[in-house]
Amino acid sequence: MRIMIVGAGIGGTILANRLARLLAPELQRGEVDVVVLSASPRHLYQPGLLHLALGQTTVDALYRDQRTLLDPRIALLIDEVVAFAPDSKQVRGASGNAYSYDWLVIATGSRVTPEEVPGLAENAHGFYTEAAALRLAQALQAFDGGRVVVTTGVPHKCPMAPLELTFLLQDLFVRRGIAPRVDLLYTYPIGRLHSIEAVAEWARIEFARRGIRSATYFNIAAVDGATRTVHSEEGLSVDYDLLIAIPPHRGADAIERSGLGPRGWVPTHRRLLTMQGRDDVFVLGDTTNLPVSKAGSTARFQAEVIAANLASRVRGGGDTHGYDGKVLCFIETSRDRATYAAFNYAEPPRPHAPSRAMHMAKTFYHRLYWSSLRGFP
Amino acid sequence: MQDDPPVPGGVAVVVDARGSHCPGALMELIVALKHARRGEFLLVLADDPGSAREIPEWLAKVGQRHVSTRSEQGVLHIMVEKTRG
Ligand SMILES: Cc1cc2nc3c(=O)[nH]c(=O)nc-3n(C[C@H](O)[C@H](O)[C@H](O)COP(=O)(O)OP(=O)(O)OC[C@H]3O[C@@H](n4cnc5c(N)ncnc54)[C@H](O)[C@@H]3O)c2cc1C
Repeated sequence: MRIMIVGAGIGGTILANRLARLLAPELQRGEVDVVVLSASPRHLYQPGLLHLALGQTTVDALYRDQRTLLDPRIALLIDEVVAFAPDSKQVRGASGNAYSYDWLVIATGSRVTPEEVPGLAENAHGFYTEAAALRLAQALQAFDGGRVVVTTGVPHKCPMAPLELTFLLQDLFVRRGIAPRVDLLYTYPIGRLHSIEAVAEWARIEFARRGIRSATYFNIAAVDGATRTVHSEEGLSVDYDLLIAIPPHRGADAIERSGLGPRGWVPTHRRLLTMQGRDDVFVLGDTTNLPVSKAGSTARFQAEVIAANLASRVRGGGDTHGYDGKVLCFIETSRDRATYAAFNYAEPPRPHAPSRAMHMAKTFYHRLYWSSLRGFP
Repeated sequence: MQDDPPVPGGVAVVVDARGSHCPGALMELIVALKHARRGEFLLVLADDPGSAREIPEWLAKVGQRHVSTRSEQGVLHIMVEKTRG
């Protein structure tokens, strides 16, 4: 029996390592094998991209060899999946190879698609890819004042990123002594500063205190590089000297092309995390179509559920666990303070005042990133 | 118990945002509307009370049509027509 996990990001890696432990006897006896198939031999620590853009870290600190992050009992194959064929229980790689499975887990994450908005790719800075973060780092270094506009497309991963970027930018401008010459404007797609009301309310007070301006109900419609203007769907136009965007996202191209889900989001059972209509395919992390935050913690909690259910299935049982919509997000509010929000389908997030202790917890959590991929409870 | 209003061509897209605190129902609708076709009807299911106000408010700003809102067992059913774009 073969369990095939496509994608070795947070979700795929944690799931594989948990399965290695849960299925130790079966792996030992050769009754089951767990194969991770991923496009890249390197694992990127994505939250580090923000710090790369702000000039606080270097590229080499963000990557590790994927093989070293996986339990030795897990097979790792490097191939980009170009087609999913669930009817024949196969996936096909860019190499031309076809791979068969008994159970498939799709954990291919999400990617930015700035090309969906006219002018965005050409004129906006970003930090969601290594190349974009490096370009932004250079632009920020050269920046000496003017209007900075932060804008956010939907859907996007890491819901805290827009606010986090804005606070850290303001911090950077203060430290460089250019804050009086900077007009920092934060825009957001809905009618408040963040989807979570408590976070939005707290951000409103912080913005007032720090002199950060904002425009809500702002969905990027187009960017005009010649006049340096960004236009919203709601009819607002603002000028910028430096535009930083979190572009809209899609799931993997192969998902869309194989007809598994529009724009690469796979229709997913909200509790069992199986693909709708496919009992032998699980969906993990950013690539589900569930209305939950696309975040590392989401993938982590979902991996626990899928690991337990796959282990049970290998032993002839049924699904014993369900995903309750759990998400946990940290938010860095300055260089030395942080807060967090935890919630699930039933329980809305509750506010917590930013504190130094939470900053320490977040720092610790990030330091622990690589070892947390081992997937220990 | 009433039903959702009958709409020409039926509901093209159901945006099931129940239990969504983040990104939330409006954010889900923004994405769905962007990719819907003009003349299509979208039905949003949401269980956060704020959506009853927020969704029509945003629809008015972008010139899309709010058809109706009703509540059934704590779930809002918000019908939307994509009239432009
Ligand atoms: C700048 C930034 C900051 C962030 N900060 C935070 C944070 O502070 N906290 C938090 O919780 N989350 C944060 N996130 C979000 C978090 O990184 C993602 O939500 C998380 O990585 C999703 O996990 P995943 O397993 O679904 O996908 P990923 O971790 O993105 O992994 C996807 C994997 O699939 C592989 N893959 C893709 N396509 C194919 C294919 N066709 N064939 C084979 N393999 C493929 C990739 O190579 C990769 O290994 C941040 C993201 C960014 C960009």
